[in-house]
Amino acid sequence: MSGQITNILLVGVGGQGILLASEILSEAAMLAGFDVKKSEIHGMSQRGGSVVSHVRYGKEVFSPIVPEGEGDILFGFELMETCRSLPLIRPGGAVVANDLQISPPAVLMGQESYPEGLLERIKGSFPDFLLVDGQKLASDAGNVRASNTALLGAVSKRLAIAEELWMQALEKMVPTKALEVNKKAFLIGRGL
Amino acid sequence: MKEILSGNEAIARGAYEAGCRVACAYPGTPSTEILENTINYKEINSSWAPNEKVALEVAIGASFGGGRALCTMKHVGVNVAADPLFTLSYTGVRGGLVLVVADDPEMHSSQNEQDSRNYARFAKVPMLEPSDSQECKEFTRLAFQLSEEYDTPVMVRSCTRISHGKSIVELGERVSDLPEPRLERNPAKLVMLPGNARVRHPLVEQMLVKLSEAGSAMAINRLELRDKSIGIITSGVCYQYVREVMPNASTLKLGLVNPLPQNLIRDFAAQVDSVYVVEELDPFIEIQVKAMGIKVIGKEIISLCGELTPGRLRSAFGLSQATEVQAEKLPGRPPNMCPGCPHRGVFYALKQLKAYVTGDIGCYTLAFMPPLSAMDTCVCMGASIGMATGVTKVVSDQEKKKVVAVIGDSTFLHTGINGLMDMVYNNSPATVIILDNSITAMTGRQDNPASGFTLMDDPAHAINIPLLCQALGVKNIRTVNPLDLEETKRVIAEEMERPETSVVITNKPCVLIKREDVFQKGPLYAVDADRCTGCRACLNIGCPAIEWRPAGDGSRKGKARIDPLLCTGCDVCRQLCKFEAIGSGK
Ligand SMILES: Cc1ncc(C[n+]2csc(CCOP(=O)(O)OP(=O)(O)O)c2C)c(N)n1
Repeated sequence: MSGQITNILLVGVGGQGILLASEILSEAAMLAGFDVKKSEIHGMSQRGGSVVSHVRYGKEVFSPIVPEGEGDILFGFELMETCRSLPLIRPGGAVVANDLQISPPAVLMGQESYPEGLLERIKGSFPDFLLVDGQKLASDAGNVRASNTALLGAVSKRLAIAEELWMQALEKMVPTKALEVNKKAFLIGRGL
Repeated sequence: MKEILSGNEAIARGAYEAGCRVACAYPGTPSTEILENTINYKEINSSWAPNEKVALEVAIGASFGGGRALCTMKHVGVNVAADPLFTLSYTGVRGGLVLVVADDPEMHSSQNEQDSRNYARFAKVPMLEPSDSQECKEFTRLAFQLSEEYDTPVMVRSCTRISHGKSIVELGERVSDLPEPRLERNPAKLVMLPGNARVRHPLVEQMLVKLSEAGSAMAINRLELRDKSIGIITSGVCYQYVREVMPNASTLKLGLVNPLPQNLIRDFAAQVDSVYVVEELDPFIEIQVKAMGIKVIGKEIISLCGELTPGRLRSAFGLSQATEVQAEKLPGRPPNMCPGCPHRGVFYALKQLKAYVTGDIGCYTLAFMPPLSAMDTCVCMGASIGMATGVTKVVSDQEKKKVVAVIGDSTFLHTGINGLMDMVYNNSPATVIILDNSITAMTGRQDNPASGFTLMDDPAHAINIPLLCQALGVKNIRTVNPLDLEETKRVIAEEMERPETSVVITNKPCVLIKREDVFQKGPLYAVDADRCTGCRACLNIGCPAIEWRPAGDGSRKGKARIDPLLCTGCDVCRQLCKFEAIGSGK
């Protein structure tokens, strides 16, 4: 349905660096000569709520949000949030998910338990599923806080954007202090 | 040069390119980042005002002085700024004046989803509606031009998806041929007394007719003929959904939504077999097109509530949907106050005291949610105090004591002061708690007149809130440390008991303030598993740093654990533990 448009959804919990990852992705797509649109809700999400960021690129992009059920890649930073957004991607779409659980308030308070069997549920509907330990990749690179770029590296392999453009995008979007670690984390993720 | 900009960044850029000199606003999602970006252009004097009415008045002054001025706000901000707006349309402008209003269909971060286009029509002000970031920039530039050409303020309407969406923008240069601002008197135009206003009103009506006619030839109103069996009139982000979902349909894309370019609409309607209007929220375009005698379909198929999405548009037109994976049943993840937030202890105390809490808008509104569940009303900014006064006018003397208004520092200065004036003036026995965390936290940490800094980060006088309350005539003013639960509860209880107006002010800063020496982390806390009895008392404050670890044997037993990465050392949970199981790590 979406023709030559690539639809990516980045989902997780406020504070995980999702917005930076989606900015780098958008920048790289623009450098590759594509039209790009990106959309997300900020505001309340900064207070630990769910975050969904939409990135779309291709020849000409109209809607800033990915049409329901047409996502090509679901890029999840947290397992329960990844599962929550499964309905947004198309049958046969890919899921790249971070192997991380962050408990929501009801679980922290002991009223509900963190759902089990999430990996099976994802794999059951989407065979093209890559589970990544973003935290480990990032600490291998030298800083756990770069897990968002490590994960982005893993996603980048599935996208038709050259490696040097990713590097340029990182250089533009990441503060100089953290650039080397983030480049390294990105490349480790990309090497998976 | 090309850049990926958000709609808000692009509006700031457009203002810069248009030669804007003054930008003034009160923060509000999704409009806030516009002024946070105008500060990147040193040619623009950018400032936060205490509320939207003042922000617009500052912009009006700048315009009357001959400079181009930008004012921005969220949709409900226009309610506050409506008074100057409705007469500004009569005076018109000197320097161009653009009012950007960002709507929030779907109420992602708002208390209602009012449709600002009605304000444009009601106040008789032209309105432009961009559909992506490039248009945000272009339309803002154009709005300044139209403002001067037609001698009227011009509104630009954005929405969450436009303001917070990003797309590619081609940057331009700043105009340089604008006249230097200087004083120039023109009381017949700028002093709106009845005699003068009677002269101005007909001019406003003529301006709208002229602009409607000119609008039919404006490039921002675009007639795109494709398959002629179906013609869709639309504007803003809805245009993008229409193109996404029905790429072959003919469209009339309106950039000018008030006044509508009637001739162009007639022309379009005559060329297609059936006409539809695709718009979010109110049938604003639809009703006017119907009044022109044109048969259209609109709200019969598109909801009056919420935002549009490609999927919702598809169902409206009966088009097939992508096959759906069954939505998962999962625990929700609502936003929560931060670990260490100084608001938490106050609401814990209020809940224990069984107070009837008239609430207000800010991070503290999250206290409505469990486990605190300590807010009973919330209507609009500043309303907590007036509502408290009103409640005490009708309930019994015994119940009066339960009534407590809770309001943040920014909200108190926005429109709470007037309520407190009334409380003292009319002798209400209610208690007001001002949660002074030294910042406007909810919208992302903006400075305000009590925080000691300006938007440009220059040091500024910080209003002394206790002294201000004293000047208003409040006799009982107490300051408490909200991280000390016992003190907080005791002081609030004493003031609730008192049959006079009293104000309790908390004095701990927001944990998100990055400025040095404002917020400081304490020593981290940990749970001593040997002492923890699993009583769950510490879970009652809903701190995201405290986690319940079930015993894992299927029973209800378990123990609490504190996440060292999230703990700020605020000490509140330690005070809740009767078994001394919580202590600082070292
Ligand atoms: C008229 C209006 N303008 C702006 C907003 C957006 N808004 C909601 S709460 C808030 C300020 C909150 O600051 P404060 O009262 O200091 O509480 P805090 O979030 O710091 O706890 C703002 C600007 C609004 N809801 N209504």
